[in-house]
Amino acid sequence: MGLTADSSGINVLKENFNLELERDMTVIALAGNPNTGKSTVFNGLTGLRQHTGNWPGKTVTQAQGVFTHNGQDFMVVDLPGTYSLLSNSTEEMIARDFICFAQPDATIVVADATNLERNLNLVLQVMELTDNVILCVNLMDEAKRKNIDIDIGGLKQELNIPVIPAVARDGKGLDEIKEMAYKISYDFIDIYPIKMNYSEDVEKAVEKIVPILESSIGEIANKVNLRWLALRLIEGDRTILKSINKYYMNVDEDINVIKEHEVQADGVG
Amino acid sequence: MFLTDLPIGNKGEIMDLTARGNQRRRLLDLGLIPGTTVVAKRKSPSGDPIAYLIRGTVLALRKEETDLVNVS
Ligand SMILES: Nc1nc2c(ncn2[C@@H]2O[C@H](COP(=O)(O)OP(=O)(O)OP(=O)(O)O)[C@@H](O)[C@H]2O)c(=O)[nH]1
Ligand SMILES: [Mg+2]
Repeated sequence: MGLTADSSGINVLKENFNLELERDMTVIALAGNPNTGKSTVFNGLTGLRQHTGNWPGKTVTQAQGVFTHNGQDFMVVDLPGTYSLLSNSTEEMIARDFICFAQPDATIVVADATNLERNLNLVLQVMELTDNVILCVNLMDEAKRKNIDIDIGGLKQELNIPVIPAVARDGKGLDEIKEMAYKISYDFIDIYPIKMNYSEDVEKAVEKIVPILESSIGEIANKVNLRWLALRLIEGDRTILKSINKYYMNVDEDINVIKEHEVQADGVG
Repeated sequence: MFLTDLPIGNKGEIMDLTARGNQRRRLLDLGLIPGTTVVAKRKSPSGDPIAYLIRGTVLALRKEETDLVNVS
């Protein structure tokens, strides 16, 4: 059973992602490169109110937990560590599909302050997929020890998203993360991340593909980020079409109507 | 030369990638961007994969990937 246009989001989350939601609870995803402290942030946020299992059909461990802030419950999902969201591995596919199809109310990207340049690649990819992104710059203690000065204000300005410095191992920054997740989920603030523009060739190809997608994937077009989808197709990643089929099984038309030659563009990468 | 041929312990600079499509994307996501310094750290017993220090992280890459990266 997949998502039908009229079935509620809560069932999708339960069936496709194993989430133990009892009611329409706010969902927060934790993404990030491997070994940046995601699970430490997760443990700090949820304490003992957590539960581990596997991602549906996968051998990858899944952790979900709950915290309460300002009287509201938030479900937190710890995603596998990845350098990218482009489905080169099971882990990347899980992280990508969760952000794209489970559509969490907010995604927190946990980054390593001592290796920020590498970590920002994933941050930019998440920002391309969803607006509700919080950057948590973790391991600030390690950065200090290595004399690395992080310009938090500069990051906020350049990325146009909330940026929270943290030392997750000491619980520092967690309250700020909770408060920001609350503000975003309950619409007290809107986030408009900086959008990446590509070369003219790529942008032209996007303009061409988006209407094709709109007419070929029906109602789903309102649910997924079509620009992002078009960019993935231009890159030659057709696994995303399979995922759409998987999560939205009631597509009447075969989405493979999108022909290879319609999604070619030069100058990518 | 190919990244594959960078001797263990040596440093090189990535010149360009001959990989295309998804594979190119994957290498770029791993931080193999032209201009990046890489250090060959160690070989697995079979010689493949090889571990490289790239942008602060040690990553194991297969020959089929490192043959698609030119370094100087
Ligand atoms: N010094 C310091 N260490 C930290 C901090 N946060 C986490 N760590 C340590 O970093 C290591 C990795 O933390 P994890 O929480 O397992 O990282 P992860 O991102 O979940 O790792 P993967 O799930 O393997 O990708 C652990 O040894 C933590 O104790 C921090 O703020 N400062
Ligand atoms: Mg973890």
